[in-house]
Amino acid sequence: MAKLEFVGGYPTYMRESIELVERTRSKRIGKLPPQMTSKEREEILNLCHPDYAPGGKRAIKIGPNRGDIAPNEVADLLEAYPLIEPNKIDLSKADYETDILIVGGGLAGTSAALLANDSGIPVEKILLANKLRHGDANSMMAQGGTQAADRPNDSPIIHYIDAMGGGHFTNKPDVVRALVEDAPVVIKWLEGLGALFDKDADGNFVELTGGGTSRRRMHACADYTGMEELRVLRDEFRNREIPVLEFYPAIELLTDEENKVVGALLWNMETEEYKIVKSKATILATGGFGRLHIRGFPTTNHYGATYDGAVLAYRVGAKLRDTDTVQYHPTGAAYPQQIIGLLLTEKLRTSGAQPVNKDGEEFVFPLEPRDVEASAFIRECYIRNKGVTTPTGMKGIWLDTPLIDIINGKGRIEKSFPAMVRMFKRFGVDMIKDPVLVFPTLHYQNGGVETDPQCSTNIEGLFVAGEVSGGVHGKNRLMGNSTLDCVVFGRRSGIYSAEYVKKGVKIGKPGLKHVEKYVKMLKDAGIKTERRAPILMPDYRGKAVLARMIDIF
Amino acid sequence: MAERKISVIDKIKEASRSVTTGIEEKDIEHWVEIYIMGKAYKVPAALTIMQAMEYAGYRFTRSCGCRAGFCGACSTVYRKKGEYKLQTAMACQTRVEDGMFLVQVPFAPAEKPIYNLEKETLEPSVLLQYFPEIAKCVSCNTCTKACPQDLEVMDYVQAALRGDFEAVADGSFECIQCGLCAIRCPAEIVQYHLAQFARRMYGKYGTPLEKNAEKRVEEITSGKFDKEFNKIMSLSMDEFKDIYVEQQNTREVY
Repeated sequence: MAKLEFVGGYPTYMRESIELVERTRSKRIGKLPPQMTSKEREEILNLCHPDYAPGGKRAIKIGPNRGDIAPNEVADLLEAYPLIEPNKIDLSKADYETDILIVGGGLAGTSAALLANDSGIPVEKILLANKLRHGDANSMMAQGGTQAADRPNDSPIIHYIDAMGGGHFTNKPDVVRALVEDAPVVIKWLEGLGALFDKDADGNFVELTGGGTSRRRMHACADYTGMEELRVLRDEFRNREIPVLEFYPAIELLTDEENKVVGALLWNMETEEYKIVKSKATILATGGFGRLHIRGFPTTNHYGATYDGAVLAYRVGAKLRDTDTVQYHPTGAAYPQQIIGLLLTEKLRTSGAQPVNKDGEEFVFPLEPRDVEASAFIRECYIRNKGVTTPTGMKGIWLDTPLIDIINGKGRIEKSFPAMVRMFKRFGVDMIKDPVLVFPTLHYQNGGVETDPQCSTNIEGLFVAGEVSGGVHGKNRLMGNSTLDCVVFGRRSGIYSAEYVKKGVKIGKPGLKHVEKYVKMLKDAGIKTERRAPILMPDYRGKAVLARMIDIF
Repeated sequence: MAERKISVIDKIKEASRSVTTGIEEKDIEHWVEIYIMGKAYKVPAALTIMQAMEYAGYRFTRSCGCRAGFCGACSTVYRKKGEYKLQTAMACQTRVEDGMFLVQVPFAPAEKPIYNLEKETLEPSVLLQYFPEIAKCVSCNTCTKACPQDLEVMDYVQAALRGDFEAVADGSFECIQCGLCAIRCPAEIVQYHLAQFARRMYGKYGTPLEKNAEKRVEEITSGKFDKEFNKIMSLSMDEFKDIYVEQQNTREVY
C-alpha cells in the first residue's frame, strides 16, 4: 500500500471529496431536502435499518418473554447460565440491611437516592451500589440536551405526540405521559440544584429542536449536558453522605419465599468476595447494552453498558418489552480510527450541520427520527455507493459542520460544541474548518424491563428506572428524551419505592430459588452452552495475547 | 433483495472490527513500542493509549470509563524516552507514541467538604471557608499544565480567591473531574471540588432563575392539560397518527 499523505488530519484522497463539499456549501444553505412521508420512512427502514435486515435475531427460548424476538447478542445473555452456584452462597447473614438498594449510579440511580431521601427514607437506610465508579454511566456522555415542553408555544401534549410518533406509536402511553408531565419539574429541580443550563441574557433557556421533535425544547449545557446534570446530582448525593459502594456490581437479585425482590448479591471486583444486601425495595438503574456490539456495530456507550440489569431482572421473572429494537445513532464518528463509533451529538444537525455524500450532495432531511436518518446514511454508503471510504475501510458520509458557523455566526461551534471540537482536535481534525465523517453507531437500548408510571414491575419489590426499562420510548427514542427518562423515572422510583417501604412491607429470607429455577428452565429447554451472565465488562484484549494466556489466578 | 441486506450488515461489521472484536495483526501497518509500568510492548501505532494497553493484554476494571473523554476515569501519567518531563493525558483520548512510559492513576484520594447549598449565600468568602487551601496557591501553574482538558485551572483558582463565582464557573465548566490537578498541586488544593461548589453556587444564586418552566410546572400541577390528555389518549390509532403528521408539518426546524 502506498504511503498516504495527510493534510489537516485527512489523507489527500479524502481532501478531494472535502473540496466537493466546500463547492456546494453556499448553495445548500436554507435548502433542505423535504422530510420523508410515513410511507417513505417505512420503505427505507425496511431496506436499510439493521433491526429490519434479515438475520441477527432469534426468538427467546425461555422466561416471561419466551417467543419474543431479540438480537442474538441479547438472547445469548438471557439464555446463559449464572455466574454462581446458588447452593455455594452463604445467605444466612446479610452484610448490609437497608430499606432501599439502588443498583446503578448514573442519572437514574442518583436521582432515585435523592428522592428516596426527600420522601422520608433516612440516608443510612439507602445504599447505592455501582459496578464501576459512582457516575460511570452513559448519562455522563449525553451531549445534546434534555427535552421539556416549557415554552409558551409548546405543551406536554405536543411533547407526548412527538414521543409517540418517534416511537412509531409503540410506546406505553401511561409512562410517556409521566415523562412529559414531569419534564418541566425536572428542569426546575436541576436548575435549583445549580445545574448550568444554556441561558440567554434575560435568563431564558436557550432551546433547540431534535430529530422528530416539533418544537424547540432541548435544554442543553453546551455539549456536556449529561455530565453537568450528573455531576451536580452526584455532588448533592455526596453532601447528604448517602452510603455508596463502588466497583460492586450486582451479580444476582435476591428473592424471598414469595418471589419478592429483597436485595441483591454484590461482588467486589477487586477482592472477588461476595456480599449479601438485604433490602425492602430494590431499584435497578443499570443502564443499557451498547457494549454488546449488536450486529457488529461500534458504539457510543460506556465501558460498563453490558445489559446486566435486564439479565438479573429476567431471572426473577420480570417482563421485558420491545426487545427487538436497537437504536443506532446516525452520527457516530467514522474517522479517525481512534474514535470510531463515538457520539457526535444530534445538536450539530439542529444547529445547521448537513449530511452530504462524497460528491457534496445532500440526500436526506437532516432531522428525521434517528432510525430513519441512520437508514438513509447506510443506503447512501452501501447501496448508492456515495459514501467516503476511510484508510481502514470504514465508510461514512460527511457532516458539514463548518455550516454551523456560517449560519449562526463565527464562534458558534466553539461555544456550543467544546467537547466535540476538543475530541477532533486531539486526533488532528479541525471540525470548525472541515466537515467530519460519520456513520451510524449503536447508541441506545430502546426496550427493557416493563414498568408502570410508579416504576414498579410485575415483581414485587423490584423497581426499575432509566435505560434498563422499556416502554417509554417504544421502538425508537427521540433525542433529549433519555436524560429526561433517567431523571423523571429515577425520581419516581425513589418516591414510590419509599412509599412501598413506608407502607410497612414484610420481607422474608433472602434466597436464590429463582436462580435454581432459571437454571432448570435452561436445561429443560435444552440450552447447552458455556455462556455465563451477567458479563459485567466487554473484553477487548488482543487476540494474540488471549491465545497464549494461562489462567493461574 | 434479502441477500443484499445481509451483505450490507456484514460489510459494516467487517469495517468496524477494529473497535468491536479488536484489531488484528494482519491489518496493522505501523507499530510503536510503549512501556506499561516499565514493561515494553509492541503495539499498533494507530491506537489510543487505552486501546493499546488492551491490545497488549490488559483488561481494565479501574482506569477505564466512558472511553470518550467525558468521565475522567483514565487519568494517565507518562514520560517519553529520553525526556525528563512528566506529562498527563486521558488514555482514551490520546494516541500512543513511540517510547511512552505509562502509568495510570485509578483514584484520587482527595477530600471533599460537605455543604448544604440551600443554606449558603453567594458571599465571596464562602469559597475560602470551604476551601481554605486556595490561599496557599503559589501560582506555579502546575494544575493548568496537568489538565487534560487544557483548562486554565490556575486562573480559576485565582478567581476563587477573588470570590468571582462566574469566572470559576466559566473557567471550569468543561472539567471532567479526573483529579490530575489535585494530585500534582504542591499546595494541596482540590481544584475540581472547589470548581464544582462554585459552579453550583453560581447556577443557583448567580444567574436569574428561568420563568417559563416555572409557569409550566404550575399549569401541570393545576391539571390544565388533563382534559386534553384524556382526549388524545382515547383516540383511535388512525386519528392519533393524523394528529402526529399534522404536528410534524408545523415543526420549528432551527
